[in-house]
Amino acid sequence: MERVVVTGMGVVSPVGHGLEEFWRGITEGPSGVGMVQRFDATDYPSRIAAEIRDFDPLRYFDRKDVRHADRFVQLAVAAAQDAVENAGLAAMDPERTGVAFGTGIGGLTTLTEQYDILRDRGPSRVSPFLIPKMIANMAGGQIAMRFNLRGPNVTLVTACASSGNALGDAFRTIQHGEADVMLTGGSEAVILPIAFAGFCAMKALSTRNEDPTTASRPFDQGRDGFVMGEGAGFLVFESLTHAQDRGATILAEVIGYGRSADAYHMVEPEPEGAGAVLAMQRALRDAGLQPEAIDYINAHGTSTPKGDLAETIAIKNVFGEHAYRLAVSSTKSATGHLLGAAGAVELIASILAIGHQVLPPTLNLEAPGEGCDLDYVPNVPRPHPVHRVMSNAFGFGGQNACLIVEDFSS
Amino acid sequence: MANKEQVFDKVKEIIVDQLGVDEEEVTPEASFIDDLGADSLDIVELIMALEEEFGLEIPDDEAEKISTVNDAVEYIRENA
Repeated sequence: MERVVVTGMGVVSPVGHGLEEFWRGITEGPSGVGMVQRFDATDYPSRIAAEIRDFDPLRYFDRKDVRHADRFVQLAVAAAQDAVENAGLAAMDPERTGVAFGTGIGGLTTLTEQYDILRDRGPSRVSPFLIPKMIANMAGGQIAMRFNLRGPNVTLVTACASSGNALGDAFRTIQHGEADVMLTGGSEAVILPIAFAGFCAMKALSTRNEDPTTASRPFDQGRDGFVMGEGAGFLVFESLTHAQDRGATILAEVIGYGRSADAYHMVEPEPEGAGAVLAMQRALRDAGLQPEAIDYINAHGTSTPKGDLAETIAIKNVFGEHAYRLAVSSTKSATGHLLGAAGAVELIASILAIGHQVLPPTLNLEAPGEGCDLDYVPNVPRPHPVHRVMSNAFGFGGQNACLIVEDFSS
Repeated sequence: MANKEQVFDKVKEIIVDQLGVDEEEVTPEASFIDDLGADSLDIVELIMALEEEFGLEIPDDEAEKISTVNDAVEYIRENA
């Protein structure tokens, strides 16, 4: 099987656009969480979100195309283009290059706008672009058109594990020789009344409205739900042979992928993290590693009371005593929860940790919650040898994805 | 709305906005598909915008005959 390496990355996030701003944001804080500005959230129990406030889609689209791209597609295309530039990929072989993309929800902005038009003005006023703008796989379609890529092109929908699964699919696609290069990532943009109302009704969102920047506080005693974020991350995965032949800078090697399902509840985690355990064990086995080989876990850690505890238990079940020696942190403390984009954005954080040999912290961790007794790298970044990183992504529906990356040595 | 120039200016404004083209490209003879880069979805959207602006309902069989900027202007002058 082909070895798979990462040669480029691009990110648009609530703590910054581009790798430098993003790294500074997740290591130095403060978090990107603030009062919702996108719409009037006065009547909602949660009035905070991690919004991207300075994204200009016209840097990436012309005036016509920008109107035909939902915000999740705009963010995805921006991150993908940045990743391609970062990889120095001047030319791509159309038939040997593909896309594996993940989003939890897709074009909800477009759907709600057009639903309002349908309700208020009737079916004859609904845009012919409703469907093409809304469908979850259009980001993959747009990226293929932009770069003329006729290789495999898939979109995976597993809620907050979506882009974790997409990256895993890209990894397998190159391992098995179906493509030499895969642009792989995720995007989400649903800071909208309808999504807020839905998540609020589930009581899934933090209501720490009086202190937004500290609301995302994974593993802390005072955590009370996740903070909705928006953003996109893309990586260039490439076969080692292809990367070396073109003299590419190799940022990390992808060495393991595991996936599983909880088969337990629509949205609650299995209390012992049984599904998460399986995903982590399968990723370790795929990489041919003992648990002791992992230095750092970039946790799913969404800042929900049940989820963070279940993940902590799962890590202890997989790693035994080593669970207390390795470091665990959740960069969602800075970015909020990027939903379907989380897996990709957090693998980027993991690879930057390898590049800098610094562990990004869990911000806002003042007093660990009951049962949360691991080393969560509280509040300040920590210089530390980082060779192998595991990154977790778990979704509503009970789907779990786990990836392992390693510093590259030929 | 009989003033041809006023209709043309308004139609041009909508085309520039919807198709992302420059004003100078929007001549009376310009074909939506061949000269202004529109596809079938763009044309549906454009017709809807014209209906909205001029308070018209353009039946599909009439809309199909509108292929240039001038076709649109003339249709609007006769029916608005």
